[in-house]
Amino acid sequence: MVYLRHIGKYFLMLGQVFKRPQKGRFFYESLIREIDELGIKSMGIITFISFFIGGVISLQTALNLESPLLPDTLIGFATKRSVILEFAPTFCSIILAGKVGSYITSSIGTMRVTEQIDALEVMGINSLNHLVLPKVLAALFFYPFLIALAMFLGILGGWTAGMLSGLFLGTDYIQGIQMDFKPFLLVYAIIKTLVFAFIIATVPSYHGYYVKGGSIAVGKASTSSVVWTIVLIVVTNYFLTQLLLT
Amino acid sequence: MIEVKGLHKGFNGVPVLKGISTTFHPGKTSLIIGQSGSGKTVFLKSLIGLHTPESGTISFAGKVSTDFTEEERRQWRRDIGMVFQGSALFDSQTVEENVMFPLKMFTTQTYEEMLERVNFVLNRVNLDNSNAKFPAELSGGMQKRVAIARAIVMNPKYLFCDEPNSGLDPKTAIVIDNLIKEITEEYGITTVINTHDMNSVMEIGEKIVFLEHGKKAWEGTKNDIFKTDNEAVVNFVYSSNLFKKIRVAQNEKSN
Repeated sequence: MVYLRHIGKYFLMLGQVFKRPQKGRFFYESLIREIDELGIKSMGIITFISFFIGGVISLQTALNLESPLLPDTLIGFATKRSVILEFAPTFCSIILAGKVGSYITSSIGTMRVTEQIDALEVMGINSLNHLVLPKVLAALFFYPFLIALAMFLGILGGWTAGMLSGLFLGTDYIQGIQMDFKPFLLVYAIIKTLVFAFIIATVPSYHGYYVKGGSIAVGKASTSSVVWTIVLIVVTNYFLTQLLLT
Repeated sequence: MIEVKGLHKGFNGVPVLKGISTTFHPGKTSLIIGQSGSGKTVFLKSLIGLHTPESGTISFAGKVSTDFTEEERRQWRRDIGMVFQGSALFDSQTVEENVMFPLKMFTTQTYEEMLERVNFVLNRVNLDNSNAKFPAELSGGMQKRVAIARAIVMNPKYLFCDEPNSGLDPKTAIVIDNLIKEITEEYGITTVINTHDMNSVMEIGEKIVFLEHGKKAWEGTKNDIFKTDNEAVVNFVYSSNLFKKIRVAQNEKSN
């Protein structure tokens, strides 16, 4: 029953979020600020992790290809598929759920417990629309770029690892990443990214907006929001994969 | 004028306000007093529309708040200024941005016009040269002044203050009290303040409503409060050692 109540409340919240902003200019300023907070400021961690994970994937693939019948081009191919299908959209979204999710919950939750949200409501401002809509649109707009960057850097990381370790040739790797290119897989990755971006922006907002109590409650809400965001990403990933690839 | 009739409000089946009726007049500073848990904050939040009454009515200038049309509600919101207990300033914005926020949201003024108004109200609350500071850089008293400036920047008809003196030293508290009273009289605002500070009662209590267990237990002026025989009010007022001593001295004098 408790879960059903939360689900209902979440969708009622979305109903308030997706309304026309009261002041267009103010909304665009907020949108730009959120793109910076949620997107630009996440580029560092995504760049760092993508590059190294791409390297690890190519090294692991190279080290586990024991049969001489399997060509080295398979290393580039496997790295590309792993990065595009799962690592970039799913793994990066889980990282963003931790980084951005806790930021969203704690910032909105602090506004709630310090009565800043009440102040907005008293002024006659739709606080959900004012606070959450810019975050949702910023995530939907910017995360596809972030995931595309993660794809590129993951594949580049795989090539760099090969060059530094000498486990495979660069030409084999490049040939491998060109093999069996299916544009739909990119579409699939972008669809997943958009769904995950929506979850990353709205679930932590829900946890922050309805927090009750003080600073400890905000801390607990942040933890809870990250856990639930990751759970939802993983479950949604399963259903989207079945829906789009089978 | 604000007219409250038979206001009831509860949470999860537990009644908090049990049929409160009273009236607040323009140009007067009215105080809601009572012990913690007596329902003061719920009453104030019901007045400003953050809580919906279970029964009873709240009328603003003769119009019942639950009967407002969409446009009337929008206008009513603009007519309200609120000073929260913790000031509720937007901590990511400067003083200037905080005070300018309602103007940006609800007017079509140019930046220069808005800035002129912001500087005027900041000057009115004696807070010049603080435009670029963030709330975290201000003292508690200064934060309260910014909150008052933000509350009056739209020329409200109604000003609500929730414990405006909490966390302030007695001297700053008196400054804030007097500032609210001056603004109330100057602009003819209907001001309602939630407090349990007896100094505020003495300074600015033109009308006092005493709440006990969600009911109005007493109503009067600051001059009446020391003459009343109402036991709950007497217990509340004389719970302070200072007022106890004053009472003893008065009794000795009269004997």
